[in-house]
Amino acid sequence: MEPLTWAGSLGAFVNPIAAVVFATLAVSIVLTIVQSTMETEKSQFTDQGVVAVGGSGAPGLPFLLACGLMVLSLYLALLAVEAPLRWLGFAEGMNLAAFGIVVVLGIALTWAISVFAPQSLGERLLPISVMAMVGIILVYALAPFVMPVGAAGILGEMSRQFLPVWLALAVTFGLSMTFKRKLGLYGKLFDSTIGMIGFGLVMFWVFTAFFADFVATHDPLTQLSGMKNKDPGTPVPDGLTVYAHYLLGGDNLARDVFSRMVMGAREVLKIAPAATIFAFMVGITLGLPAGYFGGALDTVLTFLANLVLAFPVILLFYLLVTPEIIETGIPIYLAAVLFLFPIIFLVILWNSRYYTQPMVRNVYVGITLVVGFWLYAGLAFDADPLGIISMPPNILIVFVSVVFVNAPTVFRIVRGIVLDIKTRDYVAAGQTRGEGPWYIMLWEILPNARGPLIVDFCLRIGYTTILLGTLGFFGLGVSPESPDWGSTIDQGRRLISIAPHPALVPALALMSMVLGLNLLADGLREESLRD
Amino acid sequence: MLMFILRRILTMLLTAFCLTFIVFYLTNLPPNLEKLAKTEASARMTDAEVESWIERNGYGQPLIVRYGEWLGVAPGWTNVEANGTLRGRCVDRAEDRENAARFCGLLQGDWGTSTVFRNPVSEIIATRLGLTGILMFWVMVLMVPSALLIGVMAGMREGSRLDRSLSTFSIATTATPEYVSGVFFIVFLASNAGVQIFKGTATSAMDNITFENFFLPVLTIALYGIGYIARMTRASMTEVMTAQYIRTARLKGVSFRNVVLKHALRNALIAPFTVIMLQFPWLLNGVVIVETLFNYKGFGWTLVQAASNNDIELLLACSVVAVFVVLVTQLISDIGYVFLNPRIRIA
Repeated sequence: MEPLTWAGSLGAFVNPIAAVVFATLAVSIVLTIVQSTMETEKSQFTDQGVVAVGGSGAPGLPFLLACGLMVLSLYLALLAVEAPLRWLGFAEGMNLAAFGIVVVLGIALTWAISVFAPQSLGERLLPISVMAMVGIILVYALAPFVMPVGAAGILGEMSRQFLPVWLALAVTFGLSMTFKRKLGLYGKLFDSTIGMIGFGLVMFWVFTAFFADFVATHDPLTQLSGMKNKDPGTPVPDGLTVYAHYLLGGDNLARDVFSRMVMGAREVLKIAPAATIFAFMVGITLGLPAGYFGGALDTVLTFLANLVLAFPVILLFYLLVTPEIIETGIPIYLAAVLFLFPIIFLVILWNSRYYTQPMVRNVYVGITLVVGFWLYAGLAFDADPLGIISMPPNILIVFVSVVFVNAPTVFRIVRGIVLDIKTRDYVAAGQTRGEGPWYIMLWEILPNARGPLIVDFCLRIGYTTILLGTLGFFGLGVSPESPDWGSTIDQGRRLISIAPHPALVPALALMSMVLGLNLLADGLREESLRD
Repeated sequence: MLMFILRRILTMLLTAFCLTFIVFYLTNLPPNLEKLAKTEASARMTDAEVESWIERNGYGQPLIVRYGEWLGVAPGWTNVEANGTLRGRCVDRAEDRENAARFCGLLQGDWGTSTVFRNPVSEIIATRLGLTGILMFWVMVLMVPSALLIGVMAGMREGSRLDRSLSTFSIATTATPEYVSGVFFIVFLASNAGVQIFKGTATSAMDNITFENFFLPVLTIALYGIGYIARMTRASMTEVMTAQYIRTARLKGVSFRNVVLKHALRNALIAPFTVIMLQFPWLLNGVVIVETLFNYKGFGWTLVQAASNNDIELLLACSVVAVFVVLVTQLISDIGYVFLNPRIRIA
């Protein structure tokens, strides 16, 4: 078997085009930023205050910033392509004299743009180059499906592996775009480009985690002799496995980096969203009464929340997530307390809603209690009577400590929102109608607080992913073989000068997922502010 | 104002008291003590021997008493060994065994001895904290001006292209934790795979700081904070820019630049001050990760060593320092906010 190149036979004529498109994109981004920094002087008044309408640049702070940006981009471009430096006579690459030339060049170029370039050239160029970039990416992703196996290079083969993910994404986007007017806030997300990009990134990883068994090419734990630290696209020795290549190379234990990344998505998505939901349940259940009733309850809860928040996160992890702690049973006690909150939350929720219809209430509360305590026994005490639900102790402690770290922040947010909302007229109206305090909290205040809470939820999943990565990075609470991204980065970084790909691949994966969540939150925030 | 500060300080002391007790409890769990006994005396001790070692070394007392001893408010334990020598918490530490002090704890300045480095804890903490202080100083020098500049530039005209690009940049940096950006920087800027301008390790920076060996760790920590502070600054700037007095200033004919620099900026910077102060606990996180990643043996690195080697006294000292830093910055941020905001200060 031949080793694969990045783009395969496709590369011969697509790669140059891709390079040109990428360069245009980079230039138009720089142009946009530089030009928009310059247009300061003309501005216009609306009801919202000062709104700029553009205008020719006057030197000053914006010009300096533009110069800075230009110098930075020139500097990076010259570093990436060292040829012009050699041509200028700097054989050893970047040095002080070369940097001086870059600075002079940057200032001259910025000045030239501000004087000669047509207004908003960058702005006009940007959409075109973005479209072209998307087109190129589509070519790389779709071409492999009409090409023979192995001809489309590493990128093509990866795209082929991700087929179920692409299909699921296409269906999700198709359906959501069609019915977006009927889908409330979720549908509005598809009006914002940023939100759609974020949603796409997040769903990509969700579907990857879901279809991981189909996407992965090898077993994430199997070590194949001779594949240690091999480059991306290296063929596997004949007859060892069904799949012929290590698409993204091998790590220092000769395992497949690509499959570990794919399986790592599953590890992360198993814990992060669930832990965030639990943190929200705890935060909401405690934050609502603290904000609504105030008084001693508020004082005590706020003090406790501040106590946890004053703990440096990393120290808390080092103290909580250790094998010794598991021996003492503290995680079980913590879990016993924290896992009780979702049940309490749901019971109060149903009870306050259907208080006047005892039959309906009894059914809902009964179902919640039975299912809740079944899960509770299984998750917290590993004592599921049916033996289906259980959680390994090391995962339990990771889960509990992540919930423990996040809950106080949610508490503070909820409390703040409640303090604001409880002064509204509709709350007073509810009180006059004789509604109980819990009904007002859960069915009047909470629905009106959903906007900021949903946004924070997305951000918090991202933050939880970062925390899980931190835990993995320090090897806390995960088994050494685990393919989760944090510990893969940690193992990869030790040999980073020999083989960078084992660390780079999970790092990119983690970054893209968290970025997706942040963009999604940003899109949601914008769309929810619009009504 | 004075009452406010006093109340804040009291709350802070209470919090510090609770936190140190929790840390003390978590580091002095029975399994930790057992491990300590085995590393200090002999790895092949039987359970009974471990038990008696723990008794003889004062770890058998109730937790609250040991906490008091460590804090320096309870007298240190003493007992007489079978062969007649006097031993005790303070006796073992004192040079003059006969006239040892009764109290020896945190309040007396006695932080104990590290079991890993075999040095007084206070000495280790002082040198390590010094190294981290240098790191933090440069992080601040890089982070604060760039974050404020980005935030102000983005916030002065909400919704413009510049705002869009800078906000996307801020989101991207907050989505990149230190262990990811650090790996990127090492691969692309400090290894054969990319361009080798910097060094991938900061070990040499402990003796001699150069741009080459110190820029990457500083950049890695600063980058994660820049996004967050910039977003807060942007939010506060956009709020200020819609205020009535800005409109008045513009109608009066003040140029846009002067409006931004003279009227808006000062009011817009009150909120970011709080955020920068509250950013310290997060920076501490970043310091631990980056010092491990770049092998810079500062405070964060020491914390990791202490925690992974069951070095109880050192870990306790690290925690005290960390908690102290967090609480003091919170206090400064609270007081600073009141002090900087004329609406609260004068009222």
